[in-house]
Amino acid sequence: MDKIGIKKLAELSRLKLSETEIDEYQEKISDILKYIDSLKEATAGKMDLVMGNLENRNVLREDQNPHEGGIYSDDLLAASPDRKDNFVKVKKIL
Amino acid sequence: MINFADLTIASAREGLDQKKFTTSELAQYYLNQIAEKNPEINAYLEVYEDVLSQAEAAQKLIDQNKAKALTGIPLVLKDNIMIRGRINSAGSKILEKYICPYTSTAAQKILDQQAVILGRANMDEFAMGSSTENSAYGVTKNPRDPKRVSGGSSGGSAAAVAMNGALAALGSDTGGSIRQPASLCGVVGLKPTYGSVSRHGLMAMASSLDVIGPITKTVADAEILFKVISGQDSLDSTSVSLEKKNLETLSVKKIGVPQNFLQKGIDEDVLQEFQANLTKFKKAGYEIVEIDLPNLDYSLAVYYILMPAEVSSNMARYDGIKFGSRLEGEDLISGYFSTRGHFLGSEVKRRIMLGTYVLSAGYADQYYKKAWQIRNLIKNDFEKVFEKVDLIAMPTTPSPAFKIGEKSKDPLKMYLEDIFTISANLAGLPAISIPAGSVIREEKTLPIGLQLIAPAQEEQKLFKIGKEFETIV
Repeated sequence: MDKIGIKKLAELSRLKLSETEIDEYQEKISDILKYIDSLKEATAGKMDLVMGNLENRNVLREDQNPHEGGIYSDDLLAASPDRKDNFVKVKKIL
Repeated sequence: MINFADLTIASAREGLDQKKFTTSELAQYYLNQIAEKNPEINAYLEVYEDVLSQAEAAQKLIDQNKAKALTGIPLVLKDNIMIRGRINSAGSKILEKYICPYTSTAAQKILDQQAVILGRANMDEFAMGSSTENSAYGVTKNPRDPKRVSGGSSGGSAAAVAMNGALAALGSDTGGSIRQPASLCGVVGLKPTYGSVSRHGLMAMASSLDVIGPITKTVADAEILFKVISGQDSLDSTSVSLEKKNLETLSVKKIGVPQNFLQKGIDEDVLQEFQANLTKFKKAGYEIVEIDLPNLDYSLAVYYILMPAEVSSNMARYDGIKFGSRLEGEDLISGYFSTRGHFLGSEVKRRIMLGTYVLSAGYADQYYKKAWQIRNLIKNDFEKVFEKVDLIAMPTTPSPAFKIGEKSKDPLKMYLEDIFTISANLAGLPAISIPAGSVIREEKTLPIGLQLIAPAQEEQKLFKIGKEFETIV
């Protein structure tokens, strides 16, 4: 993977990287990709299994016994880096 | 005079119930041990200020004859298992001051018994690592040789138990993060069946692999803790209820060993010690059977596709908006970039990018889908083998504890630490690491672990044979 590839990947990953980091990741990520490419040789002949597991199924529960409204609101809002009244404050979007 | 250093959960229970000592005396002993040892070892990120009042509350229950298995037992939790009102940082700068808004199911079950929670244990950032060198708060040193790592990612939990800074601990295991540090520190570590312990309130790393489990001094203690924290939970839709299997009728005679798989890249002394342990099993009447798990060679590659894919998705929530630290940018979106770039550590960023890559258009089939297929083949391999043998034995790690800095510059080398542990996560199987001898390096005696793997939901087999192994090793 080249430098442009790493920059593209960082962009998709929402990560601001320094030039030093980009150089480092270029080397290390390329090494790891080379390693995981060993999967290519895994025999396709045995690929009779579908993706995921056949046993997988949705587990649903009744929407009942809600907790009392508001008992977590303050804790959750307090976790935000910036808050105004009962809102999480962010930079303007439009 | 009782020697607190020799206590286990089981013997401490006896001592507390028979009033040989109080919960406060016990808690104070551990506080003293932590004060003495933690400045060097760095197993604890925080020791709670209310430890003695927790102990007093437990003592009241004992005095009223209402004690349960963990009442008054001093424990430490990994820094990613949430308790409402306490800080959990997951070893990351991005959550440095994060106060948990709710309590994890596993912790709640322990709190319900009025165990004494001493504090939170150091870990690799968001559980990504095998040495705790990726913690934003410094490495946890190995109590057996402080020049070496404690392993990871639950290195703080394992070191806390090994340095006698807690009677037992909870960790989390995604690819070996309970068993590997347990092995390196000379304690017992259990990775339970996937889903047997609720993940509700465990900070997610790779959701199809993560599981909470105990780190203890003995197999019997691991069993006690596991019984308390396990069980189906409506708040975790992947949790399962354990089938009730009668221990009396459990018979274990055949232990399978994938000899071919073990020969690659393993320390000679570790392999020799492992073979010697197999001989001990034979002498104790077990049959050792050579088995073949044909797709095991791919397990590490499969793991390093699926795990980062899930990581990249789970880490998306750390954007500096609703919680955690924020570094403002010019506008909203550049704030995401600067926050994540600044506060996330190098290994976390690497895995996010790797995961983003294997999931991106054009590569998802080649990597992600194929990895899932091979994961299913690996699971099938295990199922077939368990028709012939009762348990599988492997070393826990390919080498004893390595030196701080020895592998941190080479991620692939670090990833190979998990070569023997990853397959149990991919197949969702329960596995335990038990202290099984030692090797000498630079005049230091370094512990190594034996790993036993059982069919899904058959933890009882691990406990039964594990306890027997402790008497023959």
